Amino acid sequence: MRQELTFLKGLKDGIPICLGYLSVSFTFGMMAARGGLPLGIIQMISMTNLTSAGQFAGTALVLSGGAYLEVAVTTLVINLRYMLMSLSLSQKLEPSMPRWERALLAFGNTDEIFAVAMQQKGYINGKYLLGLIVLPYVGWAAGTLLGATAFGALPASAVSALNIAIYGMFIAIVVPPMRKLRPVLFTVCISAFISCVFRFVPGLSRLSSGWVIIICAIAASALAAVRYPVDEEAAQ
Amino acid sequence: MKLDMIRVLLSVAIMAGVTYFLRMLPLTVFRKKIENNFVRSFLAYVPYAVLAAMTIPDIFFSTSSLLSAALGLAAAVLLSYWGKSLLIVALGAVAVVFVVERLLVPLL
Repeated sequence: MRQELTFLKGLKDGIPICLGYLSVSFTFGMMAARGGLPLGIIQMISMTNLTSAGQFAGTALVLSGGAYLEVAVTTLVINLRYMLMSLSLSQKLEPSMPRWERALLAFGNTDEIFAVAMQQKGYINGKYLLGLIVLPYVGWAAGTLLGATAFGALPASAVSALNIAIYGMFIAIVVPPMRKLRPVLFTVCISAFISCVFRFVPGLSRLSSGWVIIICAIAASALAAVRYPVDEEAAQ
Repeated sequence: MKLDMIRVLLSVAIMAGVTYFLRMLPLTVFRKKIENNFVRSFLAYVPYAVLAAMTIPDIFFSTSSLLSAALGLAAAVLLSYWGKSLLIVALGAVAVVFVVERLLVPLL
């Protein structure tokens, strides 16, 4: 039986993402406050960017006096994966969804929201996607505020433990289909392997994480697509 | 060092603009269904490839010790293998890391 994709289901599916985001944005708020940015600016960064790695890197550049072009290029490279994800999501949205609605919802296309949205069966509608975005957005903003104001208040052991939450979410998304579908298992193994190569092989490890994710995603997905082409029904 | 607020605000606007542009462009341009089977297969595998590359090996360095991270990873894999929800998996990994760092690591 297929569960209907309502706004409420979106909200519910967004709760774990929201909790994961609290911890990540808490760390961001802490880092930005230590760097001396005013609270208003820190909050504005989180509420207009809604992205982890890009925000960390961009803010570090701003604090160290980076040039505009440097800020733009760094953000572009780290976040280039969103183009790939957005393209993938474009095929998942109801074809009837108007362009303005797509443009609006695009703002919330983060790694986690994207992954959870792609898990749903069939096309997804705007109501569901909006519901899915709301709580993670609130969590991202609230975590930033907490981190920026109460920085240092949380014991180091709690912060360290919370850091794994976001990866726990990734694993919860990937493992169930890995169990059932060989192509997914294949894709994950190839991508993880390439990612390790870029991290641990001297020379290659200098490449920024943005490029590494793009390379892994393109190589692993292309190999999987050649080996396991999807048929009509499986694609939906 | 005194921060130049105009420069900071402009930089933040650039970051937000670039990020939004990357997310918005493909979503609004590719409204029609892509017919090419290779491209469709490719796009179906993208989420898993992206998540795998973001998780491995980064998860091992996400906590304050390799041991707690590895046990947290094991807990997350087991819980999700048993079909537990996102929330339970994430909290389970957090709890394992917390307990390991509080109890086990000081003993070693």
